[in-house]
Amino acid sequence: MKHTLATTTVMGLAMAVFSGALLGAMPAGQDGAPAPEKQKARVERGAHLVKTMACHDCHTPWKMGPTGPHPDMSRALTGHPSDMVMPPPPPPSGPWIGHMAATNTAWAGPWGVSFTANLTPDKETGLGAWTEEMFIATMRTGRHQGKGRRILPPMPVQILNALDDEDLKSVFAYLQSLPPVKNKVPTPIEPTEPAPLEKK
Amino acid sequence: MTRAVRTATAALAILWIAALHAGSSVKAGSEDPAANDALCAPPRLIDTGLYLDGRAGAIDPRNRPFSPQYPLWSDGAQKTRWVYLPEGSTIDTRDPGGWQMPVGTKFWKQFTFNGRKVETRFLWRASADLWIFATYVWNEEGTDAVLAPDAGVPAAVELAPGRSHDIPAVADCHACHGDKRPGPLGFNALQLSTDRDPNAIHGEPLAAGMTTIATLDRERRLAPARPELVAHPPRIAASDPQTRAVLGYFAGNCGSCHNRGGEIAYDGPSLKHSDVLDGDAVAAALLAKATAWQVPGQPDGGSYMLKRAHPEASAMLARMKSRRPSSQMPPLGSVIPDEDAIAAVAKWITSVSPR
Repeated sequence: MKHTLATTTVMGLAMAVFSGALLGAMPAGQDGAPAPEKQKARVERGAHLVKTMACHDCHTPWKMGPTGPHPDMSRALTGHPSDMVMPPPPPPSGPWIGHMAATNTAWAGPWGVSFTANLTPDKETGLGAWTEEMFIATMRTGRHQGKGRRILPPMPVQILNALDDEDLKSVFAYLQSLPPVKNKVPTPIEPTEPAPLEKK
Repeated sequence: MTRAVRTATAALAILWIAALHAGSSVKAGSEDPAANDALCAPPRLIDTGLYLDGRAGAIDPRNRPFSPQYPLWSDGAQKTRWVYLPEGSTIDTRDPGGWQMPVGTKFWKQFTFNGRKVETRFLWRASADLWIFATYVWNEEGTDAVLAPDAGVPAAVELAPGRSHDIPAVADCHACHGDKRPGPLGFNALQLSTDRDPNAIHGEPLAAGMTTIATLDRERRLAPARPELVAHPPRIAASDPQTRAVLGYFAGNCGSCHNRGGEIAYDGPSLKHSDVLDGDAVAAALLAKATAWQVPGQPDGGSYMLKRAHPEASAMLARMKSRRPSSQMPPLGSVIPDEDAIAAVAKWITSVSPR
């Protein structure tokens, strides 16, 4: 029994490694772009990861339905709706230090107010101008495009950082395969208290 | 399943796992990955080759001091820099936007705050495809510096109430110096020009013996040779001295990211050292460029990178003033706003910007 269990484990491991290796080993097309079959496999893998890693929880606005709030998939992954102007958040009270909008797309806390990003490939308002390298660098460093401002709460960037490069490429490939949706997400709002040394 | 099949399956799995792990440590284009793996930053600064006699004292004269004319703001740190070029080696100058340093090149930059040495950063082109980034933390006595952990050292020294200098993490080094074509940021034709800008913000004097474009040319360190850089030293062409100084500041503080190199999505005018030389044109483009980043209090569509006579609508100015994580610029390496630069830029856009 022990032997069988070990064998099963090894085989399972082998299959997992094989599928990953197969995806990585698929040939690249001319100009360095992945071959169509590899790109298709990445998009499928990315769709699965986006679905299971709860990206829709924050990047797709929620709406109220007969069974309660749920993501409005007609606006999938478009981030905080540009036409939804948020009033100032209530002040923190006791242990309640944060607030979230009913859409799950605006969050207030000690960092100010953050709005979830438009992940569709719209060039002006989404990730259309991003490259795969920028996306991976963002998840690896927790900084915008790997170089800029820190990604704000509640984005769980540390979870995506745990993915390997091939999975991050798959997530990016899937996001880039979506129809671009123009939705300009507001700039984060900073806390009202000035930072030390900062002049108003 | 027969024992033979089970054994073969297990062996195949092990091979796959081994192949996967080996692949993850190979650098793209690496000529000798095993050799690269053996290269790392020494545990102590004295072992990097900076000093003469095995202790933190006299600098080895082969390490030449230099001073970029438009220095990066580092919260008022006094910075001292040295470069080592291996004997007989040359700098590949074919790309004016990114000189390629010879293998073996080393850079050091020592940070001193209020008279106390705090850290010395070390860049080393250890092989054709490997730059090593490291920083060394000085002891209180200033007698020895040891390698900082990869994660850096937060709050290494207090600069002002509630504000401390952080020793950067290795990831922070990569964020600024890049991954595609890493290397030094303040060592290029404009920064080493002998036509120094007397109005450079936080400009430092050019001391005797410092490396400049002229010394590099004289020592035949540039390949191909660039005699025109000596005959006509690089200078930001601007119709007034303020424009020259402000654009120089942007080149030194913003241009390593805000350029057309493709490492960030940026559609403004390139502020890279090699792209700001046509100063008036760059200034005009900056002053007309709307930006998606909304300045607090401005209406949608009412924010510009810089707006002539309107500091309140100028995103660059707002972000230079900020030291909040969501908006400060530069986004790392500074916890105190550069008041001199903020005043210079505000004055420039309100009074002397080009027509």
